[in-house]
Amino acid sequence: MKLTKTLLASTALTVVAGMTFADGHMANEMTIVSWGGAYSNSQQQAYHNPYSEKTGVKIINDESSAEAVAKLRAMNEAGNVTWDVVDVVAADAIRLCDEGLAMEIDFDEQLAPAPDGTSASDDFGDLLVSDCFIPQIVYSTTFGYRTDMVGDTPPTSVCAVFDTDAYPGKRALEKRPINNMEWALLCDGVAKDEVYDVLETDEGQQQALDKLATIKDDVIWWSAGADTPQLLADGEVVMGSTYNGRLFSVIEEQNQPVAMLWDAQVFDLDGWIIPAGLSDERKARALDYIYFATDTQRLADQAKWISYGPARASSAPLVGQHADLGIDMAPHMPTDPENAKNTFLYNYEFWADYRDDIDAKFQAWLAQ
Amino acid sequence: MTDTTQTTGPMMAADGTTLKSSLSRALRRQKLRALLLIAPLLLFVLVTFIAPIADMLFRSVENQIVAETLPRTTEALTDWDGDAGEIPPQSTFEALYQDIFVAQERKLHTRLGSRLNYELTGVSSLFRKSGRRVEDMGEVHQDQFEDLDDFWKDSENWNALMGTDRWLAEQNAWDPKGTAAQPAFQPRVEISALLPETAATFEIFADFVQNEDAENLAKEDPWALVYSALYNDLLLEPDMSGYAGPGSAELLEAMGAVGTFETVDYAAAFEDVDEDWHDIEVWQTIQTYSPAFTSGYFLNAVDMKKSPDGPEMRPENQQLYIKLFIRTLIMSLVITGSCILLGYPVGWILANLPARTANLLMILVLLPFWTSLLVRTSAWKVMLQQQGVINDTLVWLGVVADDSRLALINNQTGTIIAMTHILLPFMILPLYSVMKTIPPTYLRAAKSLGATNWTAFWRVYFPQSVPGIGAGSILVFILSIGYYITPELVGGTTGIFISNRIAYHISSSLNWGLAAALGAILLVVVLGLYWAYDRIVGIDNVKLGG
Repeated sequence: MKLTKTLLASTALTVVAGMTFADGHMANEMTIVSWGGAYSNSQQQAYHNPYSEKTGVKIINDESSAEAVAKLRAMNEAGNVTWDVVDVVAADAIRLCDEGLAMEIDFDEQLAPAPDGTSASDDFGDLLVSDCFIPQIVYSTTFGYRTDMVGDTPPTSVCAVFDTDAYPGKRALEKRPINNMEWALLCDGVAKDEVYDVLETDEGQQQALDKLATIKDDVIWWSAGADTPQLLADGEVVMGSTYNGRLFSVIEEQNQPVAMLWDAQVFDLDGWIIPAGLSDERKARALDYIYFATDTQRLADQAKWISYGPARASSAPLVGQHADLGIDMAPHMPTDPENAKNTFLYNYEFWADYRDDIDAKFQAWLAQ
Repeated sequence: MTDTTQTTGPMMAADGTTLKSSLSRALRRQKLRALLLIAPLLLFVLVTFIAPIADMLFRSVENQIVAETLPRTTEALTDWDGDAGEIPPQSTFEALYQDIFVAQERKLHTRLGSRLNYELTGVSSLFRKSGRRVEDMGEVHQDQFEDLDDFWKDSENWNALMGTDRWLAEQNAWDPKGTAAQPAFQPRVEISALLPETAATFEIFADFVQNEDAENLAKEDPWALVYSALYNDLLLEPDMSGYAGPGSAELLEAMGAVGTFETVDYAAAFEDVDEDWHDIEVWQTIQTYSPAFTSGYFLNAVDMKKSPDGPEMRPENQQLYIKLFIRTLIMSLVITGSCILLGYPVGWILANLPARTANLLMILVLLPFWTSLLVRTSAWKVMLQQQGVINDTLVWLGVVADDSRLALINNQTGTIIAMTHILLPFMILPLYSVMKTIPPTYLRAAKSLGATNWTAFWRVYFPQSVPGIGAGSILVFILSIGYYITPELVGGTTGIFISNRIAYHISSSLNWGLAAALGAILLVVVLGLYWAYDRIVGIDNVKLGG
């Protein structure tokens, strides 16, 4: 039975090979998960390359951040976490931490202090929104518009989105209720600090949807951050919401006739978490990487490649010029005082509670 | 061997066994060999395909999380009448305190919160808040024990009191830096009899510290919950006379003192955390979702919900899924139909042209087929958008005005066009392979007998090509029902399929139960349609190859 033996042997080999592959971690590699595109590139330049040079650790990039919570939960259930460091938005980090899927960080012990000796927890300050989350950048979701399609009066307020008379044409909005509901209420006359109180009620939710209904036929709904910049560049929409770094890239790097609207932009955070359940060796390496990648200079370096503000107070003065274009980056940051005059704070707690409910209504409304 | 000896008995094979058993052995061996040959595939399919699907489908009814995270509370709620309009009694709140305390140590309370939040908005933060505050509730007891006697402050004393001497010796001898496993906690029998609740709670604590936290039990102070349990046990005044082990004097002292201790009003304490705890709806939801299995996800998947009075429709402004199922089926039918219309002539030409030209044409069919799905979908975005190639051409030709360009994308039209293009090869290839086997002489014969072109085609050719249409339709239809990337990219809001919601619930909202229920319904629908197709057309009529 030579054939059977060969078969058995090869099956066994396949299984063994599969297992080694699934285990995946050679001695000196780590998998870092992020969002891809220009953002990952900025991390590659500012963090990964210098870290690999310094330590010889090979960094494998994975671009699954959009599904990080789902995947980490699945990995945790399977008992095989293959990621070492993960880049997520604050809301996801809070959720991961609450569910015990991310490791708690002792900020002052495990992160570098500022150059002047300020402890890490003071340096990050209010941005430490969760015990597991090491903020990296602050970003904003805001509107960009085509300068050549808005006539002589470029929009100055976010409510221009709802004004189809003054600004005819399509708009791009994200295909989810978060942010859109807030903007709708703001433009329907609700005061900024009452938005979430109104949105808690059924009537308030209906009010927001009714306001959105006034432009429903003029909206192209996007689900990937790159959609709006593309739609703007194609001239498909007159204005659209997206992340400020994407707009920066369209405006400054690609020279499109697009301008940015800094009004009621939604301020949010993005940063690292370390998955819970890593082996001691991998945990030590992940912590070492985090210590390196979130020190003052490194966070300031990232701003050379993308217009997101560094999360450390001590990094802000170090923000310099764009690595290729040579323009000053500070005025393009969401944290720049000129831009941050009228920001809107995203309420994590509210959306943790109301997301399921409002999303059901929003999607049913969309499908009507 | 000579034949004379074997004339009457059964026929024998060369090795002396009966021919029958020899034959069946050979057959068995053959079967075994065949089985071994397919074994790797079988294993592969079982492990990577069937098992995950079964597991996923199981999630659509599974609901253990409520009873597992809140075991005492759900137990206490079994006798509670939710319709009576009163919140549960104090004892239920105490059970809730104990459950949430353990759950927050295990970090399960937020998972439960998210689970129940699917049913009742606001529960998510209710649990998160409560998790942060339960420790304070128990500290009332802890502080009083510690004020009474320093004995209660020390983890060593607790370990000596709760564990057996042998375990204690092992634990103290254990080297936390060494490779040996931490000796598993063993409860002291006398204490378990005297202080049952304390012993049970301490065991949970010890198990958590040793196994989940992987910390040294000798160094960890007990949870506040253990003090609350001790308080409860001592209030019952157990008979201490027979106990002379470690801590007996302190236990007696504490038993004398607990009567004067400040008590905790758990109901008030939870109301203090959030007044929603005194909302009947919260308790009704916990009670409704206590059983280990639930039809809740399936009801949700057909726009219904579970209420204390049984299933009912969701409010009009939340109904979505039935609409999406119907839309998915109708659009898949339309896509299948347009694939037949476009693919049939192509298949016919391919089958009837000389081989050289046919091969060239075949490459034109296959090239897009080999191109990445994403590339083709993105290409359609460029083509169909309002400032896109097609609209530009139409404006240039003067067919449409510049300010009324056609909306060809981000709606149903976009989905139908893009998916028809993407799935077309799945229609052409089976059609071609069937048409190739239809002898052209039949058509000629029909015509020579006086049939018109149409009659010859319709009465002679077409019936023979039906198996190809059947195969192509089944392929295209079933593939399109499950599509989600293309509709997501070009479908806008009116052109998305049910699969887009499944993907959303799996990767964004993390409502895996609902996703599983939607998936299960989709699976049943597909199997049902397959069955109907078999009854009407007959699955034997489907031909995928020559």
